[in-house]
Amino acid sequence: MTTSAIADRLTRTGILLALMLFAIVPLLSMLTTALAAPGSTPQGLSWPSDPHWHNFVDAWSAANFLALFRSSTLIVIGVVPATVAMATAAGYALAQLTVPFGNAIYGLLLVGLTLPVEALITPLYYNLRAMGLLGTRLAIVLPLIGLLMPFGVFWMRAHFLGAEPALTEAAKVDGANNWQTFRRIHLPLATSAWSALSVLFFLATWNQYLLPLVLVDDPAKRTVAGGLGAFQGQYGTDIVLLCAGSLLIILPSLVIFLIFQRNFVKALLQGAVK
Amino acid sequence: MPTISSPPELRQASPMTDPTSTSAATQPAGPHRYARRARHWSALLWVAPAFATYAAFVLYPMFQSVQYSFYHWDGIGPATPAGLDNWKAIFTQPELLHSVAHAFVLIIFYTVLPVGLGLVAAALIRELRPGPFNTTARVMLFIPQVLPLVAAGIAWTWMYSSDGLVNQVLRAVGLDQHTRAWLGDFTFALPAVGVIGVWVMLGFCTVLLLAGIGKIDPSLYEAARIDGAGRISEFLAVTLPGLRRELVVCTTFTMIAALASFDIIQISTQGGPGYQTMVPGVQIYRLTFLQQHVGQASALAVFLAALVLVVIWPIQRLGREK
Repeated sequence: MTTSAIADRLTRTGILLALMLFAIVPLLSMLTTALAAPGSTPQGLSWPSDPHWHNFVDAWSAANFLALFRSSTLIVIGVVPATVAMATAAGYALAQLTVPFGNAIYGLLLVGLTLPVEALITPLYYNLRAMGLLGTRLAIVLPLIGLLMPFGVFWMRAHFLGAEPALTEAAKVDGANNWQTFRRIHLPLATSAWSALSVLFFLATWNQYLLPLVLVDDPAKRTVAGGLGAFQGQYGTDIVLLCAGSLLIILPSLVIFLIFQRNFVKALLQGAVK
Repeated sequence: MPTISSPPELRQASPMTDPTSTSAATQPAGPHRYARRARHWSALLWVAPAFATYAAFVLYPMFQSVQYSFYHWDGIGPATPAGLDNWKAIFTQPELLHSVAHAFVLIIFYTVLPVGLGLVAAALIRELRPGPFNTTARVMLFIPQVLPLVAAGIAWTWMYSSDGLVNQVLRAVGLDQHTRAWLGDFTFALPAVGVIGVWVMLGFCTVLLLAGIGKIDPSLYEAARIDGAGRISEFLAVTLPGLRRELVVCTTFTMIAALASFDIIQISTQGGPGYQTMVPGVQIYRLTFLQQHVGQASALAVFLAALVLVVIWPIQRLGREK
């Protein structure tokens, strides 16, 4: 290898390492800060001489994490299966069946892909108050199902458009009705699509901040992100405790991502580019 | 569509055909057409649950926002008609107008920089051999994208604070006079918040673009090399055109995130200092829930939704052309 080729290679690796460092350093800074002496204000990045792992235990109880995780899990259970099921059915129908006004329905759903939550939050607040749901988890679950729906339908429709038409024909020939064709043939083949959608919806729900902030006062009934926001408001000045708490809160998302990393990215790409 | 187009002969021809369905298929035109139409309408049932929740919690509130925007309402007492007051205010009140301008500045940080850096990172990773370093690079760059934006806001608020890492680094290299509380600085607060956006969006763009590069026909690169193309001209002639669809997706996604940003700013600056980092999302929240100007908040909300559509539309068209 010539010197210029080596220099070239070093530059390229250097740029890449710099970008990786940029991505990871804020989290490292949080970690070293979380291990500093309780109540102190350490430097941005400095490994403490005696790491105070106990800070995580303190943060755990200070933020009432058990309640927060339980609440987020309940909200995820309320949102994800229902949304994925409805989106799968609608996506299948729009791709494979003749739906009356199908184009108009799909067009209206597409508009929802770009609608920001902020544009809806004011009427949502007054509507849910009128329904007596303010302060309950349903106040987060119901709007979130509606908000995630456009993306879900878009995603599943894209998948079912790619389904082999001969399969549907063959099922018809065998006398299967729409439901049987869907249930026996297309749904099993769509497993990767709807499971990837579930992971995306899990993250979107877990990380949802504005809805819980506005609709639910009690942090113990919020999503993890909503609870984290409240935690920051309460312990914003205690940087050690705040960093420990934030790390605890982001851990599940991180673990889920690392486990599903391969399928996740692959699926994301399939869906996004269709 | 399969239901319509499958010819009856085909069904009869199959030895496995269910006898009941055969008789249905061969029945005279009247009942047959009736059955087909019934099946046709029943397809609506598949779409109904999805569309009903969407209509109740997205379309209807959107319609209400439009309605509210023509009234003065404090959320409690009676609403009084406001004509176009709330709409005029968006273009005349500096703090509203500036919030919209800031959203456009954020596009530089949420879209332009991540897409640009993402292209660089993707091109660099492509040239790496598959292996641990390759995987580590992808995973590391993508991590910020899966965290709650609230966590991103908290991490960077600490990075930018007086004792945070940014100032620590500046002191370490002898630039003490440049240290400051970045998020409280009138000049630097907006770019500082923008960098958080770069941090969050970079991984998404990199991974998406990388996958796009993987789908480009390798023979195109070979042809470029035979033509004696350098790395830059190869990039311009082969990589960039091949990534059109991925670029459209990246740009669309990140632009919506920029124009409708809320979480990061609410956590890190709440729009301050002054109105230096105020964006429409935070402004809507404050107008409704802190100042009880529901009409004004709604006008801004509808304006924001329209703005996103208007900005995204041409990009989508660009993606659909051949």
